Amino acid sequence: MIKVPIRWEERTVTAIQTSSGQWIIPPEATESMNANKIGLKGPLKTPIAAGHPSMNLLLRKTFDLYANVRPCVSIEGFKTPYSGVDLVTIRENTEGEYSGIEHVIVDGVVQSIKLITEDASRRIAEFAFEYARNNQRSTVTAVHKANIMCHIWKCSQLCVEQHDVDEKAQEAIPMVQDPSQFDVLVMPNLYGDILSDLCAGLIGGLGVTPSGNIGENGVAIFESVHGTAPDIAGLDLANPTALLLSAVMMLRHIELYGHAKKIEAACFETIKDGKVLTKDLGGNSKCSEFTSEICRRVRDHD
Amino acid sequence: MAALRVLRSAVKNVSFARNVISSRTLVTGSFLNSSSPAQFCSTAVQRPDGDFKVTMIPGDGVGPELMHVVKEVFKAAEVPVQFDEHHVSEVQNMASDEKLDEVLDSMKLNKVAIKGKIYTPMEYKGELSSYEMKLRKKLDLFANVVHVNSLPGYSTRHNNLDLVIIREQTEGEYSSLEYESAQGVIECLKIITREKSRRIAKFAFDYATKKGRSKVTAVHKANIMKLGDGLFLQCCKEMAELYPNIKYDSVIIDNCCMQLVSNPYQYDVLVMPNLYGNIIDNLAAGLVGGAGVVPGESFSAEYAVFETGARHPFSQAMGRNIANPTAMLLSSANMLRHLNLEFHSNLISEAVRKVIKLGKIRTPDMGGYSTSAEFTAAVIANLQILKTIAR
Repeated sequence: MIKVPIRWEERTVTAIQTSSGQWIIPPEATESMNANKIGLKGPLKTPIAAGHPSMNLLLRKTFDLYANVRPCVSIEGFKTPYSGVDLVTIRENTEGEYSGIEHVIVDGVVQSIKLITEDASRRIAEFAFEYARNNQRSTVTAVHKANIMCHIWKCSQLCVEQHDVDEKAQEAIPMVQDPSQFDVLVMPNLYGDILSDLCAGLIGGLGVTPSGNIGENGVAIFESVHGTAPDIAGLDLANPTALLLSAVMMLRHIELYGHAKKIEAACFETIKDGKVLTKDLGGNSKCSEFTSEICRRVRDHD
Repeated sequence: MAALRVLRSAVKNVSFARNVISSRTLVTGSFLNSSSPAQFCSTAVQRPDGDFKVTMIPGDGVGPELMHVVKEVFKAAEVPVQFDEHHVSEVQNMASDEKLDEVLDSMKLNKVAIKGKIYTPMEYKGELSSYEMKLRKKLDLFANVVHVNSLPGYSTRHNNLDLVIIREQTEGEYSSLEYESAQGVIECLKIITREKSRRIAKFAFDYATKKGRSKVTAVHKANIMKLGDGLFLQCCKEMAELYPNIKYDSVIIDNCCMQLVSNPYQYDVLVMPNLYGNIIDNLAAGLVGGAGVVPGESFSAEYAVFETGARHPFSQAMGRNIANPTAMLLSSANMLRHLNLEFHSNLISEAVRKVIKLGKIRTPDMGGYSTSAEFTAAVIANLQILKTIAR
């Protein structure tokens, strides 16, 4: 429609098992990613008895996707009890509570290990500040529970030394009372998981929230974080907003700002207008109708 | 070795049950009609002169101010309670193991306490366990109950909310077990045990049964912490089978948070391990108006401690006369109900609710301009009116 200078290379990422028994992403997918560096991904489902770890976890490990970025902006036309939300959650994605290290000490006693390393903490803190700088954001707030888990989150010391930063524990109260006071939030894995979903809930849920995962070697995968919704698959009923906004994030990442702005504006205007909306947004149009409406607006903008 | 451990814990469980039964036989008829499920375990000792003795731990931040409010209101309402004050504070260098022992001795006698938050400093001073946590562990206050209720007359984004959050308070992520396994690598241990998970699950279902609630939802992250939270979930599921009249389901913590901000009405009673409980307590408090309006209580088999639901010392408000006494007053009213002082309990909670409903006198956290003193005076004025009507 808008002639964005992108060529798509489609790859499947269903896990395959190597001869040594290890589960990996198919090599064609890995090669393609490493060559192109940028990816756009839809929802993945791991069947319960698959015998292999979650696909998302596998992708994260393969490309060392250490930062999960979710901008949450209130959408005009899609009303929630919270307005004026404009924040970004940055979550450390590789360690912390999701290290997967658990042991049964004796029968009936389980120990889970939460691992925090200085390197990973420093890396995510630096990323958060760079992101804030590149996107003209003013405050970075580190979210932690260091009053209980003392040693953890040394990067907050790093932050305090370098920049003007608020250190906050107990984020949940101010978040639900006045989310507009937050700008960029940086946090370890578990809090990140909880808070990024909480923020998605503030703006309307996972169906409208974009997300990006940034990796060590310049690799970045943008994705929608909602489920696979098998009950409506193939019926032209899905809401493409989350994936579309993730694609917009992707365009910004590769510095195609003009195109990103046009598509984003078209999408928001369509929702604000309220005439052509998918079912979850309160309308009863089909996915293709919603898409055509957005395309029409994009064309009109040109 | 393992067999011995199992035997030891089995014996402990039996003696726990025996204690419960023996204290029940001391209870009077009126007590059995009381509302709190742990009440049959912890009776306050009534003094010959008719006054109940209650341990008071003011804590830090606005804690002492709020305790002062409670004392004033109790005086105005002529509540037959005497406070046995103990000042424990890490930040004011008034904390030590001896002080903690004094508190424990006081609790052994009185069984009931009202307390503010003992602030946990952020810096690591060589001690991983804070005094607040030590107190909880020594008294074995395993269950923290926060009843999140919308206040009539104070509208927030979600009105008419009625939610109960039950949190396991003695293990999980707050086990204070951390160490530096290599340079720049910290490990923090989260411990989940079958015994404590069963105990909190049973508490939750007992609570739901007693209070006539219909559903208990377990909150977890067992898809990631398969063994730890998996064990917790399994214990909840097993316990659910013993209570066929109560519906049971489970929800993952991140989804739960998302649902709470968009549609909190789908939940009734929530039960969860330590850390998630801390987060959800605070979140839910935010839904109905913040840390200043939600009361909370902690129970063990023998003791009951009344405090605020979302525990913050709120140091920035210290001395400025702006703290909201609602949460602490409602908690003190709950304490009176626990002591079977129904009349005084209703008097105080009605007076507080009336002030909030009228809407003229509100502290800054509720969007008003009044001071704590003005709020307190309004509550006392309402008390006098209600007392005269009662007569």
